[in-house]
Amino acid sequence: MHKTAEIIKVGIADMNIVKAPDLIRTTGLGSCVGVVLYDQAKELAGMAHVMLPDSSLSRTEPLNKAKFANTAIKELFEILMKSGARQAVIKAKIAGGAQMFQFSGSSDMMRIGPRNVEAVLQELKELRIPVIAHDVGGNSGRTIEFDPKTGLMQIRTVNKGNSEI
Amino acid sequence: MTFLKNISDIHLDILKEVGNIGAGHAATALSTLMNKKIDMTVPSVRVVSFDEVMELAGGADNVVASVFLRIEGEAPGSMFFILPLPQAEKYIRQLTKNQSFTFSDVQDNDIELAMSALQELGNILSGSYLSSLSDFTHLSLYPSVPALSVDMVGAVITFGLLELSQVSDYAIVIDTALDEEDAKLPESVRGHFFLLPDPDSFHIIFSALGVKVDA
Repeated sequence: MHKTAEIIKVGIADMNIVKAPDLIRTTGLGSCVGVVLYDQAKELAGMAHVMLPDSSLSRTEPLNKAKFANTAIKELFEILMKSGARQAVIKAKIAGGAQMFQFSGSSDMMRIGPRNVEAVLQELKELRIPVIAHDVGGNSGRTIEFDPKTGLMQIRTVNKGNSEI
Repeated sequence: MTFLKNISDIHLDILKEVGNIGAGHAATALSTLMNKKIDMTVPSVRVVSFDEVMELAGGADNVVASVFLRIEGEAPGSMFFILPLPQAEKYIRQLTKNQSFTFSDVQDNDIELAMSALQELGNILSGSYLSSLSDFTHLSLYPSVPALSVDMVGAVITFGLLELSQVSDYAIVIDTALDEEDAKLPESVRGHFFLLPDPDSFHIIFSALGVKVDA
């Protein structure tokens, strides 16, 4: 029987993996960053919805690894490797990290979006995963959907329409 | 979720009363401003996951007009006044006396006025919510300058969850919906107030109201 494509949903501070023909999606990224790691030839991908830059911000046990840039990407990478992805060919695409509200007197928390993006890029660099495309910053929310078959990410915004990276 | 460990039904009832008083005053302010009778629902206080917070506001993908402010002072937290777009358009039409205003087909010079009207509406309502809360608890609470955004629920509300997200994967949401009387609106087109106290603020609010939280 022919298998119909499903859409795997990733919540806030959550991660999951997907294999073609299924798609993977996360909705309403604001200051959060959506990170996709994928092995194009194996049509295998993983997505994390990262909320905070660093797990040192956490004051709780046990740690939700998907919440923090420094723990989420490592964890996602390992899950992908266990699922048959090959280290040498894994690539990344990222989107999000917007600044949704403009405040005067911006504290560290106010610029959480840019900080998340910096932390994600740093972590990818340490793992030597090349960033093929990104759509970050600005002040619009994003909904992203990744197709592991084509390696393309659809990005929907409210004010700036749709795009594909 | 350690900060939730000592929260009992009695505490949740107190938070309901907090929502009742705050939103009650805000509903009165809105009623005066619009010259219409405004109803509010009995406040609900829920302990929910972050994804469920988005569901309360119509889903992470749902586009809303939202006024956000930080509460500063003795019991810091975040507050949102969230309006579905049809409701926001209705209020904008009434406040700007521009009966043809819609978000989907908007002129550049109209949007500025519309946004400023909406922002002012948010200022008045959240200000009255917060000042009644401050009177009720005898805590000094100061609103930051509110910021307005028309965007996806997920994108805007996450901002109010950042403090909580450092200690928990759950939030206590004090939610009150506002309706025009007789409008019989479905849940999805109601205005909502969300009050999200920071984790350390709960015991401050409780002890200000004379209720012990066993530490």
